[in-house]
Order: sequence, then C-alpha cells, then structure tokens
Amino acid sequence: MSKQNTEAHWAKTSKLMVTMLVLWAFFSFVVHMFVVPLNGIKILGFPLGFYMASQGSLIAFVVMLFWFAKAQNNIDQEFGMAEDE
Amino acid sequence: MANAQADKGGFLNNLGRIYALYTGGFFGFIILVGILEQLGVGQKYLGYMFMGLTIIVYAFIGIVSRTTDVGEYYVAGRSVPAFYNGMATGADWMSAASFIGMAGSLYLLGYDGLAFVLGWTGGYVLVAVLIAPFLRKFGAYTVPDFLAARYGGNGARLMGVIVLLACSFTYVVAQIFGTGLIAQRFLDMDFQVAVYVGLLGILVCSMLGGMKAVTWTQVAQYIVLIVAYLIPVVWMSAKKFGLPLPQLTYGQALSSISQLEQEFVQKGLATQASLNTTHTAPFSRYSPANYFWLIFCLMVGTASLPHVLMRYFTTPSVRDARQSVAWSLLFIFLLYFTAPAYAAFSKLEVYSTLIGKNIADLPAWVYSWGKLGLVNICGKAAASAEAVKASCAALAGHTGVLRLQDFGINPDVVVISTPEIAGLPYVITGLVAAGGLAAALSTADGLLLALANALSHDIYYKMVNPNAPTKQRLIISRVLLVVVAIAAAWTASQRPADILAMVAWAFSLAAGGLFPALVLGVWWKRTTKQGAVLGMAAGFFATLGYLLVTRYFPGFGVQYLGMSALLNPVTWAPIVDLKVAMAAPNAMDGWVTLAHPLASKVGWFNINNISAAAFGLPIGFAVMIGVSLITPAPSKEMQDFIDECRKPRGKAMMDEKSGLVASH
Repeated sequence: MSKQNTEAHWAKTSKLMVTMLVLWAFFSFVVHMFVVPLNGIKILGFPLGFYMASQGSLIAFVVMLFWFAKAQNNIDQEFGMAEDE
Repeated sequence: MANAQADKGGFLNNLGRIYALYTGGFFGFIILVGILEQLGVGQKYLGYMFMGLTIIVYAFIGIVSRTTDVGEYYVAGRSVPAFYNGMATGADWMSAASFIGMAGSLYLLGYDGLAFVLGWTGGYVLVAVLIAPFLRKFGAYTVPDFLAARYGGNGARLMGVIVLLACSFTYVVAQIFGTGLIAQRFLDMDFQVAVYVGLLGILVCSMLGGMKAVTWTQVAQYIVLIVAYLIPVVWMSAKKFGLPLPQLTYGQALSSISQLEQEFVQKGLATQASLNTTHTAPFSRYSPANYFWLIFCLMVGTASLPHVLMRYFTTPSVRDARQSVAWSLLFIFLLYFTAPAYAAFSKLEVYSTLIGKNIADLPAWVYSWGKLGLVNICGKAAASAEAVKASCAALAGHTGVLRLQDFGINPDVVVISTPEIAGLPYVITGLVAAGGLAAALSTADGLLLALANALSHDIYYKMVNPNAPTKQRLIISRVLLVVVAIAAAWTASQRPADILAMVAWAFSLAAGGLFPALVLGVWWKRTTKQGAVLGMAAGFFATLGYLLVTRYFPGFGVQYLGMSALLNPVTWAPIVDLKVAMAAPNAMDGWVTLAHPLASKVGWFNINNISAAAFGLPIGFAVMIGVSLITPAPSKEMQDFIDECRKPRGKAMMDEKSGLVASH
C-alpha cells in the first residue's frame, strides 16, 4: 500500500472524525445552552429544552453512530483498507 | 485463532434462536409467577423464585462457557457478533446505579439529573470515533496492553494499571453493595450474608469462562434487565393514558406535574421555594458550568473506562467493533430514554395519590419503606402511623394534611417502589428486583474481569513472569479473580459511606488518567513515551488530588490551595460561610466525614468535585503534549506501528508481534 494512499485514507478519516465531534459537541452542549428559551416551546406536553436533554440528543447520538459506522466503512473500502467480509 | 474457529460450531450459528427461546421462556416465567400470585402464593416466595431462577440461568451459562483457551478467556475468541456484543456492553455498562438510581435521581433533580442521561450516552460517540476501533485493530487483551505497545514499555503499562485499579475497584464495590441491598430487601437476608451470596453469583459467571462466559451471561442479563425496566412503565403509561408508549405519553405526565405543582402552591401544600425546583426547569441543582462540566467528565470518562473498552476487543473485526458501539448505544438508549419517563410517572403517582392526603390515612407502602428509613414524612422516617403522627405534630402549624415538603423519598427506592406505589401486582416488583440484580451482577462481572486481567496479564505475565505457560497464566487469572472479588465483597460489607459518590469519581479518574494517552496515542504520532507516562501521571494525580482535598481535606484546600466555598446555583450565595467554618476547631481535620461543614463544599472556580476531570484532563493533555514536544520524536518503527493501527485491514497486531496466539 502506497504512502500516498495511507495519507489520503487518514485525511478522509480525520475529516469524518472532526464532523462527528462537531455534531457531538452540538448535541452534548450547544443545544442545551438554549434550554430556557426552548422550554417555552411545548410539543405533546414536552417543554422542548427538557425534551432535547431527555430524548432528542440521545436519538441524535444513536443515529450518528450508525451513520458513522457506515461512513467510515465506505472510506475504508474506497482506499482498499476495509477488511474482507 | 484456529481454536476459536473450530469451536464456533453450534452455539454461535444459533445465537438468534437460543436467545429468542430464552426471552420467550422468561416471559412465560413472569406469567407463571403472576398466576401463582393470584393463587395466593406469598410475596417472599415470589421473590425467591425470581432471584433463584435468574441466578441459576446465569450460572448455567457461565459453566457451559468454561474455557481453557487464553484467547477465549481474555477476548471471547474474538467471535462475538456486533449485535450481541452491543447487548453485552449494555449490561456491562448499566450498573445498579443506572437501573436503580437513575430514575430516582431524575425524580429528585428534575432537569439537572439529565446530565447523567446525557453524560452516560454521548460518551459512546467518543468511543466509536476516537478509540475503540483502533484498540481492536491493535488486538489488545487489556487496555494497558495498548499503552505498553504504543509507549514502548512497562512504565506506561504500570501507569495504566494504576488508573484502572483506582477507577474499577470502587466501582465494583458499589455493584456488590447493590446486589447486597437487593438480596437483603427481597430475600430477607442479613446484609453481610447477602453481599457474599451476591459475590457467588458473580464468580460463578466469570471464573470458569473469563470473557467468553461473561459475554454470554451479560447478553442474558441485558434481556432480563431491559424487560424488567420497561414492563412497569409501559403498564403505567397504558393505565394512565391508554397508550403503552411511556416515552411519548410522559409529556402529558409532565404537564400534569406542573399543573399539580401550581395547585399545591395555591392550596398552601407547597412552599414558594419548591417552585424554584419545578421538574423541567434547568440549573436549580447545578450551576450551568457545573452541569456542562459534569456532562463532559461523564462522557470522556465513558470513553476511558477499561471495562467498557475491553468489550470491543471481542468483535471479529474492526468494522464490527464500530457497528457494535452503535448497537451498544441503542441498547443503552432503550433504558436511558425511558428513565425520565419512569421518574415522571412515579412523581405524578406520588403527587396525585399522596400529597394533600390526611396523614392519618396514608397507603401501606409508605410504612413498608419508611421502616427501612427510605421514606420520610415530616422530616423523620415513616416507620408507622403513630411515628408519622408524632413527627408531623412536632412541626409548628401542621394541619395534618400532607404537604409536598413533608414528603421525602430516597432516590434508590424510586424504581423499586413505583410498581407498588402505582398499585401494580407484586410480580412486577419482583421482576424489577430481578432486573436490578441483573444490572448489578453484569457490571460487576465486567469490572472484576478487567481488574483480574490487569493483575494477571499485565502485572504477572507481562512484568513478573513473561515465560509463564498458558495453563499457569489461566490459573493465576482465576485465583486473582477470586482474590479481587473477595476483597471487593469485604469492602462492600463494611458499608463504606461514600461508595456511591466514588462511582461518579471513577469517571473523572478514568478521564484524567487514560483519555489523553489513548486518544493522542492514535491521533498524534508525535506523542512520546515520556510525554505519555508523565501526562497520565499528571492527569490522574491532579484529578485524584482535587477529589481527595475537596472531600477529605477541605480545610487544607482553603488554607493553602486558595479554594473557596461552592456557590448555590440559584442565589449564587456561598453554600458555607468560610470564615465561620475555618474558625471552628475541626476546620483543619483530615479524612473528615461528609458531615464536616466543609466536606465537598469547597473548590476552585466553583467546580463540584464530581467533575474533577475539569482540571485533570486539561493538565493531562498539556503535560503530554508539552513533554512530547521537548523529547525526541518516536522512531520510524513506532510511526509505522501507528499507521498500521489506523488501517482496519490486516491481522490484529499484538497477536502477530508477540506470538501471543492462544494455545492449540
């Protein structure tokens, strides 16, 4: 495997990592900084700020991880670095 | 691992059928016990049936999965499919605290308790993206294995083992404590005896089969605990709102709670002060900074706890390791997004059936928990109707009607007592107890294995006697497992006062001690051996120091380290008057109890000690990066080693390198 290929693979992997961490920071911290104004909005009885901390962010984390597993696998395949099935 | 391959046969190909049968059998058993209850069998016997049968099943799995293969003992032969490893991780992860304590904390803390829900789930994003797949590729047996290989030698290994012991031991003590509490309540045993019975339940699952046995037992335990958690709250939701989806309907429960809160104030059944802590309003318990630091420390701690990371060493491939993290989080999510619903239903039940009642006619459950000191009325344990009457009469101006501020419940009984409070049949209470037991046992299994493996593999085999033959290694592993287990049970039987707080500390200790070395080890090639060892030590000891000083030597912290009193998050007034407290004769005492006026009430920058990694983590990173930059860059071989770790394709590296393939 060429050095170039290795570096390109890692560059793309790193980019995906940064994307994931930005999303992680958003759903872990940023959205909850607005809990007070969000609590003014009510959906099905849930104040939205409370909802985001009790369910919304959690759903986001689960979806993010399944997406990540797929996206990273695609990157590995693109550079011939995926494991054999 | 040819051996594992040959062994794959029947069991691994039929996992779906086996566990489906098992789940069906479990439901059948619940119905059977329900019928027996209707026929008039006593509650005590129903409790014995639930506890007895589940423990026998776990023991059976543990014994069937016994092994003499090193690879199977340490990493379950690397043959656990992503989906099942996700379930096992869910059970490994969700401890007695999650199962029994979480909804209770949410009940008491309202919004601020959600820091735990967020912190204990979001950390898996860090696990999947930054750490787990790379450790799987490396092919470690233990987390210190990776540190030793990456940072060339036993310095990093030893530091890793120290952090691992510090954060896992208190954690496992708390689990055994939890099993003891449940056995005490539902089997009517003496606490001391109950602890050792719990210990047996744990050992029988892990001793003969190591990781392999623990994995398949944990899958079984996950099924029990999730069924036990969901059934009561689904039932309450259906009963109250006609829809068996508590996660949706508890929005209505929340609305009802706020309405009742307002009504209580109008009717004089609650003070204005309790309005400040309405269920959905943020930052009444933690200041915003403490709330976010707590989330951060729990998340980073999650991504550093060895007993969690080692679960991802068992998947067949790097790809499976990543998928497995996603499955893990989904299975954990099922419980965690139900916990706030559980708390809300429980609160609504108490508000609507209890508050405003005449204290003369309180329901029976108040006294059955009050006797154990877990429910308070008018500031005293509600041991009997007379006791309640006496303690309320002692309050000036009490009208004999129960007010919100008169009622106190220990958070640890909220989950277990709610079925009773809501008037569900006793079979549900027994089921919940069995679920709590499964949660405590499964986490204890994982932790004990992590501890014993660190001692047997990292200390004994890698540092003391590298020529030990396979058979001897496995014997040593098992002996150490029993020794650690007995030490933990003995500690639990002493009922250490701080045990639950210490579990929360474990997250900060793991975060401060391990996270920088694990992440930089993969993501920054320039990290050197010296940088890593010093950085781990700095991060770990800074965290530990902050914890110890603020909790046990607060006077010293104020006098010499410039600590100040923590602030009340609502009024921003100091929660303790430093001048008065420091003038007291006991101000400079060491190893103070929690009753000491300064204990856990001082700190730097108003940061609670539960978030101690707020200091340890930045210090750890700074030292690691700083020292790495002034020491010579890692060798070419090391750079290639890191490149290899980053590529999923290829064999596990450690097995190749050290010829450490299991015996054939």
